[in-house]
Amino acid sequence: MNETNWHRKDLLGIAELSAAEIELILDTAESFREVAERPIKKVPTLRGKTVINLFFEASTRTRSSFEIAEKRLSADGLNFSSSSSALVKGESLVDTARNLQAMSPDLIVIRHGHPGVPHRLARLLEAGVINAGDGAHEHPTQALLDAFTIRQHKGQIGGLRVAIIGDIEHSRVVRSNIHLLQKLGASVVVAGPRTMMPVGIEGLGVDVAYSLDEALDGADVVMMLRIQLERQGRPLIPSIKEYFSLFGLTRDRLGLANEDAIVMHPGPMNRGVEIASDVADGPESVILAQVANGVAVRMAILYLLSGVRGAA
Amino acid sequence: MTADSGTLERVLDGEQMHRIVRRMAGELIEQNQGATDLVLIGIRTRGVPLAMALGEEIRRMEGGSEVPQGVLDITLYRDDLSTIAPQPVVKETHLPGSIEGRTVVLCDDVLFTGRTIRAALDALIDYGRARAVRLAVLVDRGHRELPIQADVVGHSLATTASDLVEVAFSDTDGRDEVVLHRNAR
Amino acid sequence: MSLVIQGGRVVDPSQKVDGFLDLRVEEGTVVEVGEGLSVPDGAEVYDAGGKVVAPGLIDIHVHLREPGHEYKETVASGTRAAAKGGFTAVACMANTSPVNDCRSVTEHILSEAERHGRARVYPIGAVSLGMEGKSLSNIGDMVAAGAVAISDDGLPVSNAELMRRALLYTQHYDIPVIQHAEDLDLSGGGVMHEGEWSTRLGLPGIPGSAEDVMVARDLLLAADTQGRYHVAHLSTGRSLDLVREAKARGLGVTCEVTPHHLLLTDEEVAKSGFSTDCKMKPPLRSETDRQRLLEGLVDGTIDAIASDHAPHHPDEKDESFSCAPFGIVGLETTLSLCLDRLVRPGILTLSRLIDLLSWGPARALGLPGGTLAVGSLADITLIDLDATLTIDRDTFVSRSRNTPFAGWELQGRAVATFLAGELVS
Repeated sequence: MNETNWHRKDLLGIAELSAAEIELILDTAESFREVAERPIKKVPTLRGKTVINLFFEASTRTRSSFEIAEKRLSADGLNFSSSSSALVKGESLVDTARNLQAMSPDLIVIRHGHPGVPHRLARLLEAGVINAGDGAHEHPTQALLDAFTIRQHKGQIGGLRVAIIGDIEHSRVVRSNIHLLQKLGASVVVAGPRTMMPVGIEGLGVDVAYSLDEALDGADVVMMLRIQLERQGRPLIPSIKEYFSLFGLTRDRLGLANEDAIVMHPGPMNRGVEIASDVADGPESVILAQVANGVAVRMAILYLLSGVRGAA
Repeated sequence: MTADSGTLERVLDGEQMHRIVRRMAGELIEQNQGATDLVLIGIRTRGVPLAMALGEEIRRMEGGSEVPQGVLDITLYRDDLSTIAPQPVVKETHLPGSIEGRTVVLCDDVLFTGRTIRAALDALIDYGRARAVRLAVLVDRGHRELPIQADVVGHSLATTASDLVEVAFSDTDGRDEVVLHRNAR
Repeated sequence: MSLVIQGGRVVDPSQKVDGFLDLRVEEGTVVEVGEGLSVPDGAEVYDAGGKVVAPGLIDIHVHLREPGHEYKETVASGTRAAAKGGFTAVACMANTSPVNDCRSVTEHILSEAERHGRARVYPIGAVSLGMEGKSLSNIGDMVAAGAVAISDDGLPVSNAELMRRALLYTQHYDIPVIQHAEDLDLSGGGVMHEGEWSTRLGLPGIPGSAEDVMVARDLLLAADTQGRYHVAHLSTGRSLDLVREAKARGLGVTCEVTPHHLLLTDEEVAKSGFSTDCKMKPPLRSETDRQRLLEGLVDGTIDAIASDHAPHHPDEKDESFSCAPFGIVGLETTLSLCLDRLVRPGILTLSRLIDLLSWGPARALGLPGGTLAVGSLADITLIDLDATLTIDRDTFVSRSRNTPFAGWELQGRAVATFLAGELVS
């Protein structure tokens, strides 16, 4: 009847987690993975708990993954998205928080385009808050499912070399992954065009490469990021064609990575932009495993957080 | 399970335990008219070594063939999750294939309130429709809170609610014994 | 009427005076400073009890928000906050609604100050009509009504040709052009300093170069035109270097820094958990920049400390970090912050701090005051170096509460201000 050492009301980012906390989530997810293999893929664990999925930014896969996780745990999930809800329009954060609190949810899953919004809401709410992505800041559940997938295929994370390639500046997946992988003892190299590399990224302890070949050299894990040509009307690269020729992952170039390297992508993929189709569908690709593992990891997080009382 | 205080009393030693397990195995074979379609499922944590020990005895008595065994973690089915914090550790469940149409023997070290068995039954049902479910426990210490009884009992023990019964198996604890801690809770 | 302030430590950097002296005021003017002054019949006596008697402090960068945004601040509430913080004069920026780009708005501000003001108010007119950055505002009219400088603060004067014309035209009135130095293309959608912390937090950054390129451009124009140019809220080491060089070449260039850029860095955004009270323009910079600014205070490159008091309603600040407006209040915190964090650790002498808060800003904008020389305005601030305070936003007399310094425990604060010899606070 061992108790877990999980005492956080919220899961806001990886930056503040210890290696032990990360491992607890991954180990717990391991147990939840089996639920998906049962004839009845549902356990009564969170019966009577209310989870609000509050998505201020469009997301199909993360939201669906959370929804499935909630259903499999028998929680009651409610969806609010910015398109369907007047709740969030022109409303201050405090008012949003008060409105949510009035519905007495146990947990709130929040995706927002602006960094720090889940953090500010978490301080205002009794309910536990799960950050499902805040701007370019953090996306902790993605990093956890990535780590889970790496562990599944590589046995462990410590000692691995992970290359993350793409628009580093605008990616929340990168930041969460950098924190997580380093905490568990992996070394990380980030690569991308100089116009997509944020100032001071070395300060996070990663190696920086400006060519794909350099980044792939010795990599055990190759994580490709989704590329957008421009951000807020600011062009970052001249063309897709040019990006693919510089940083697109092709079968030939994958040969530069370690022999048993795996290829990951947080999705949604742009085939022919950051990754060639034969790589995306190739034997090295664990992209669909990432999606499957996302549910188990999110079940683990919902389970762990639901055991911590808010504001107490 | 460790106790911090109270007096200590050994209820069964290794030799006695072995003898009891042999008898329990015999009773299971007798009730089931053999070992055909029998599946032994240990409830984490100390139900697992009991299931293993019973499986080994049954195999010996029935001559050779392995009795399928599984491990059941009932954490997700507990009825006290909303009253305890932080959450208990969830461990994996693995069953030896489908339980459809088979006779499942749930194995646990101690039968007390019956709540663990209730959770185990709920869990088991999610895995399919067994032909029958039986319950085998090494120690029945009374104080039931639910209408649940074991089909095979190794040893009945009179206790008070504040006592603690500790079962040790050589596989998990390095020794075989059952110890009663008086007023340990 | 006559007043004698006795038993105080007079610190007047304009006169290089620092000693236990008495000070006599007649009809709102300082008439005598000396030891053991005799008290004329009927004169009022104020016992300073060993406290510091300084020239009335002047904050040359304040947003009083009136007209148009009275829910954030008014001339009345802003000057009350000024007086409480030890300031006897403030210069207020033009980004009101309507913009202070013509005589009538300037006159409105001054008449409000006349009626409700607890401190002198020096309006700063806009550089461009409507602060649209296109054509010059009614500079002569505004100066005639009382404007002391021009600035589009809140926004930069982006158009180089407009800046050039402003630097030329203001010479008719001998007033400075105050620039909010920011290249808007470089700062883009940035909300905090671009550096390791913006990268960690995933917030769009404002590079230091956004300020530097504008300061560099303007200094070239100031050299060509020989106009008076003042850099508002200078925040980077490199801009400071540019100003230092320009001063060495004899240009009529001055600059101010804010207490928050002297005391906080970009890391504060993370430490505060995305508090929007850490969001202002220019953004809190790196530790390197902060150290360079401290050097600039000591070596004299920096002329003034100004608060950039920018009140915003709590409802506006209660937003995501990205959406909240830029700016924090400062009138009620500046002096104590500087005394405790700059003078107490020995970074600045008391005299240098008072210089940066009185004589320095007065000279930068050509204002009266900032001195206790005989014949000058009897605007006086009394400072108790030992009195302590904890910054509590609920006790602010400003209409707004947006400060990152809440809870700071500080030693040293203003205990009284005199305006033309009258005790106002």
